[in-house]
Amino acid sequence: MNDLAPFEWILAVRFMREGLLQTLFIIAGVALGVSVIVFMSALLTGLQSSLFSRTLDFQAQIIITAPEEVSRPLFMPDEGEIAATLIQPRAQRLRSVDQWQKVRAQIEKKTGVVVVTPVVSGAGFVIRADANRAVTIMGIEPETYLHLIALEDKIIAGSAEVGSNDIVMGIELAKDLGVSINDKINLQTASGTATTLKVLGIYDFGNKAANSRSIYVALRTAQSLLNLPGGATTLEVNVADPFAAELMAQSIQAQTGLKAESWITANEEFFTALSGQSFTFLVIRLFVGLTAALGIASVLVVSVVQKSKEIGILRATGTTRQQILRLFLTQGALFGLFGSLLGSGLGWAFLAAWRGFAKNPDGTLFFVIDFDPLLFLYAAIGAVLVGTLAAVFPAQRAARLDPAVAIRG
Amino acid sequence: MADSINTPGKLADAADTEATLKLVGIKKSYKLGKSSEIEVLHGIDLVLGRGEFVALIGPSGSGKSTLLNLIGLLDKPSSGQLFLTGIATDNLDDRAITKLRSDAIGFVFQFHHLLPAFTAVENVMLPLLAKQGHPDDAMRSKAAELIDKVGLKALANNMANNLSGGQQQRVAIARSLIMQPALVLADEPSGNLDTKSADSVFDLMREVCDTSGTTFLIVTHDPRLAQRCDRIIELVDGRIASDRKNDHVLTQGDDSPVQTD
Repeated sequence: MNDLAPFEWILAVRFMREGLLQTLFIIAGVALGVSVIVFMSALLTGLQSSLFSRTLDFQAQIIITAPEEVSRPLFMPDEGEIAATLIQPRAQRLRSVDQWQKVRAQIEKKTGVVVVTPVVSGAGFVIRADANRAVTIMGIEPETYLHLIALEDKIIAGSAEVGSNDIVMGIELAKDLGVSINDKINLQTASGTATTLKVLGIYDFGNKAANSRSIYVALRTAQSLLNLPGGATTLEVNVADPFAAELMAQSIQAQTGLKAESWITANEEFFTALSGQSFTFLVIRLFVGLTAALGIASVLVVSVVQKSKEIGILRATGTTRQQILRLFLTQGALFGLFGSLLGSGLGWAFLAAWRGFAKNPDGTLFFVIDFDPLLFLYAAIGAVLVGTLAAVFPAQRAARLDPAVAIRG
Repeated sequence: MADSINTPGKLADAADTEATLKLVGIKKSYKLGKSSEIEVLHGIDLVLGRGEFVALIGPSGSGKSTLLNLIGLLDKPSSGQLFLTGIATDNLDDRAITKLRSDAIGFVFQFHHLLPAFTAVENVMLPLLAKQGHPDDAMRSKAAELIDKVGLKALANNMANNLSGGQQQRVAIARSLIMQPALVLADEPSGNLDTKSADSVFDLMREVCDTSGTTFLIVTHDPRLAQRCDRIIELVDGRIASDRKNDHVLTQGDDSPVQTD
């Protein structure tokens, strides 16, 4: 007996050791539950962060555009008059964000904003010999844009640091046009403006459509090609917390009067799917936790019955009801604690095994799973709480035992 | 013989005010179903003085165990008053009852009732451990001293369930004494033992009584063992049928025939 150990702790540990097989079975049950929660939490976190990065690596978190142009009726009826008017929606021409440099400076000052970059985008054709393809021209400022989009990570040849005479294109487009690094191609817009550019880099986004659609040129090149001298069709923004993007977009819209759309609004279905996934997992966690709690409670209820004589003796020899209550609560907490320690180890082993076989044909992982130590801490705290709560009813039952009846058995 | 028979329930060597235990008109009823009740004790008056060694005898169903539970504060009387070391117990709450029970009463049960997960010496420590909350060296040495006193020094660190019945009962006696109680209640302490072990356990209790002044109230069915007590109380049908001094106390090794009234 350790001098520092409280009476209830000593009793709880001895009782658990006495019914060792029972103790091992319930700890194994809790451990299995904890391991499932740890494994699934890590898997879900890994999967979701992989999906997030796949989504966010190739799009800005907030895109700011000029407000849409609307048609105004030529005739406004006076008060008391009714006019039947037919207003057709107006075709949206390519326009620049008004005074985008000033707006950019305003947004850059906002807390939480990481990068703001201007983009000029519009339609065009790339032409090489007899081959031509329709593309989306993205005029970028490389020094800021490359902090916004992980373009550099996807470059498989050359560089993404476009200058005024350079172009970066996807691997599918390069194949279609039969070009490689340093080859020259013509870029032309619908208005007839054209220029010759050198292929500086080729990227692979892992998506055939994306690899054949967008080309990147310098901001000034795009401005002159699309007839927007000094303009920017969008301002693209990244913030420190991607989940705060919607609030930031609303704030920017209110401050500037421009249209600001967050990636959350733009990917509503993606978010609905993620929320559904998280909710499903929450339900699974609840059921696993409930199963573990019921397991602990049932073992403790049986233990109270089995140990009723001992409880009677303890009560007769001066142990208070509160001490008996704490004894069983301690046992519940210990079941949870030991179960969570073993379960965390098991969960870690499951994750290691998952890493071993969940791979793409090229040997890379489906997605990266990190072992977050906090996850194990949360699992331990959760399991101790569940164990303690599960012990409340059996502990109360034990504390209420009439010592005279308990001793008689 | 007639001189030694007293009015039931009135016998006490000590004055009532100094009594270890005093019962006044104790009644106990149990409910049978929703409406009917059965009274098992019909107004018990009893005084036990300091250092008395008393046998409580009576046929099965006479109310001995019920009376012992009431005296041990494990149950509450339906009416009447119970004073333990001068303290009236009728208005005490559960916490105060537990404290008084822990401080003033030691229990020895028929089936030893040690905790099997603990060693002999740890079992002896339990009442003190429950009171103090943490073990310490003083507690250990006190328990070791008592284990030595009951002749089990060599087995002090054996697990309780590795001891024989007689040895377990000795541990239970040591446990009942660790709080230095005024009263030890023994419910058939030798009922589960062979004659030799039963005698040995009785001798031990007698010795403790004589040396420490602790009062012993021992429930027994065995007339031979009852004859070893200074005073014999007989309970019949929930009433004290006789309460007498034993003028012929048998001592250790005494094989005289048992006298019955």
